[in-house]
Amino acid sequence: MQQTKQRLLTGNKALAEAIRLEMERDPNVFVMGEDVGVYGGIFGATEGLFQKFGPERVIDTPISETAFIGAAIGAAAEGMRPIVELMFVDFFGVCMDQIYNHMAKIPYMSGGRVKLPMVLMTAVGGGYSDAAQHSQTLYATFAHLPGMKVVAPSTPYDLKGMMISAIRDDNPVVFMFHKTLQGLGWMDQLDASIGHVPEEAYTVPLGKANIVREGTDITIVGIQMTVHQALEAAKRLDQQGIQAEVIDLRSLVPLDKETIIQSVKKTHRLLVVDEDYLSYGMTAEIAAIAAEHCLYDLEAPVKRIAVPDVPIPYSRPLEQFVLPNADKIFQEAIQLVNE
Amino acid sequence: MAIPKDHLLWMYETMYKIRCYEDKMAEAYAEGKSPVFNIGAGPVPGEMHLATGQEPAAAGMCVHLKKEDTVTAPHRPHHHAIAKGVDLNRMTAEIFGKATGLGKGKGGHMHLFDPDVKFSCGGIVGAGIPHALGAALAAKKKGKDWVAVAFIGEGAANQGAFHESLNMAALWKLPLIVVIENNQYGISVPKAASTAVSSNDVRAAAYGIKGYYVKDNDPIDMYNVSKEAVERARTGQGPSIIEIETYRYLGHFQGDPEVYRDKNEVTLLRQKDPIIRLRNYLLNEWGVTEETIAQLENKATAEVDQAYAFARESDYPKPEEALEDVFV
Repeated sequence: MQQTKQRLLTGNKALAEAIRLEMERDPNVFVMGEDVGVYGGIFGATEGLFQKFGPERVIDTPISETAFIGAAIGAAAEGMRPIVELMFVDFFGVCMDQIYNHMAKIPYMSGGRVKLPMVLMTAVGGGYSDAAQHSQTLYATFAHLPGMKVVAPSTPYDLKGMMISAIRDDNPVVFMFHKTLQGLGWMDQLDASIGHVPEEAYTVPLGKANIVREGTDITIVGIQMTVHQALEAAKRLDQQGIQAEVIDLRSLVPLDKETIIQSVKKTHRLLVVDEDYLSYGMTAEIAAIAAEHCLYDLEAPVKRIAVPDVPIPYSRPLEQFVLPNADKIFQEAIQLVNE
Repeated sequence: MAIPKDHLLWMYETMYKIRCYEDKMAEAYAEGKSPVFNIGAGPVPGEMHLATGQEPAAAGMCVHLKKEDTVTAPHRPHHHAIAKGVDLNRMTAEIFGKATGLGKGKGGHMHLFDPDVKFSCGGIVGAGIPHALGAALAAKKKGKDWVAVAFIGEGAANQGAFHESLNMAALWKLPLIVVIENNQYGISVPKAASTAVSSNDVRAAAYGIKGYYVKDNDPIDMYNVSKEAVERARTGQGPSIIEIETYRYLGHFQGDPEVYRDKNEVTLLRQKDPIIRLRNYLLNEWGVTEETIAQLENKATAEVDQAYAFARESDYPKPEEALEDVFV
């Protein structure tokens, strides 16, 4: 039995394990952020690290994001490899100058002479009524701005492998983990938030999409939660005789255009699903890539599902109305295949 | 100068009402979240930050405020909202995500807006301080004697917004008061591990303004220093900082495992509860009768009960209403 041999971890434990392994390997790696110490990170990304490495390497900061993210830049320029946690991605507003005008631009402005090997990790996502200032994904906000790698893994295996890659990368990496995919006991329980994770260190490349389900009739592109929703929709589509190919982008910057293009050339139909806002976002970018590279392979217009350009509302019926889900993907896919 | 008795009675009623409101909210929040706790389940989903134990700051300040004065509050806002006179029915309906709520269900517990009494709050630490600064600027431009009060936690005093706002308020001599509720923890981090000075009132010296410190969650002391700060602001003498040593009896949010503190800590805190202290003070020093106290408590309880009934009986918004109100 193959399965009994599998070592299962939740998303948060996979992340914390990646950081632990890299901290053991490289004394330059350290962690800073709010409640990353004894608490282990509000979403568990640093669970157990304080107990293992102590307050010198797992540092609780004041609520001073501009200062501690800026400090990570300064330390990275000195050859350290800081991992800083922005508790919720929504809090970027208080420190975006450091992130964008400095972290993302210094390597370029220095002509490549200053390296910033740092990871800015942050929690994204909604669906649990945390309202407009704690529920965003903001994938495109970060991906739009040049100079940062932006990754958003969807499985415990990728969380670990991509975190190790991110720490070893000499560029600044914005590492987004989805709250619901952390496998925390106090949130919605998803099978997808627990998965096989090898014990040893391994890397998953940043910038390579993953075809998580092969199909011939329609390509569905998603990231994080929308990948799992697409897989659920694909099962239902299968019952209708429709074979959906599901692509997990995993990384927004760099973006694996080739995997998308090859898939569209095979299926001739494209549906892009995003938990971020609709306009000027990831769905538009993927649609543009299809238009530029494989327009004549398409047999129907590209369709998009995303948050319809409103802040994330608090009340459950309102929030459920704006977020993507498997049912919306199923309905849209059926329509698209029948066009 | 002696404190007017009606002020003390108002403070007691308000603090009692806040306690009652938060206790009831803790129960409502727990509904649908057992045996397995899920933050998104039940009639009140999402994060819930309760102010149980922190009543003196809100009551001791807001007793001096008028409807025209502005209050901004942080992510833990119920006590300030209640003390400022926010419509309790609509506030509760908002927290239950109902169409009759202050924001028609769009805002939720961290995002309550009641322009009728100039109250707002938000989920980003320190963000309310510049809003209060702006209200103070508007009051000055309009030639009014209105003041603006920003309530913040002690963690927010380490945000740039705090220092930037106070510098401007001092520079322009604006009627801004920043009340820092030092409830000892920024989520899990004790103040001593986050703040280089032992109390934030000393930071007033950096801006040449008044700094006050209220020890041990004392409602009367909070009343007195707030009175002075508000009078100074109203009469053009500029901004102040008040730090009050206060306590949160509950976790940072409901469901917080509180691994960072001794479980016995709260038991000891509750033994010197400010509501009980104020009650005894009224009975012993002011000759207020048990009967009067009971009347105040019953009135507060009835108002809270009414608000929860209103919230529960109200309808949810229609899903497609999510698309409304992006632009006015």
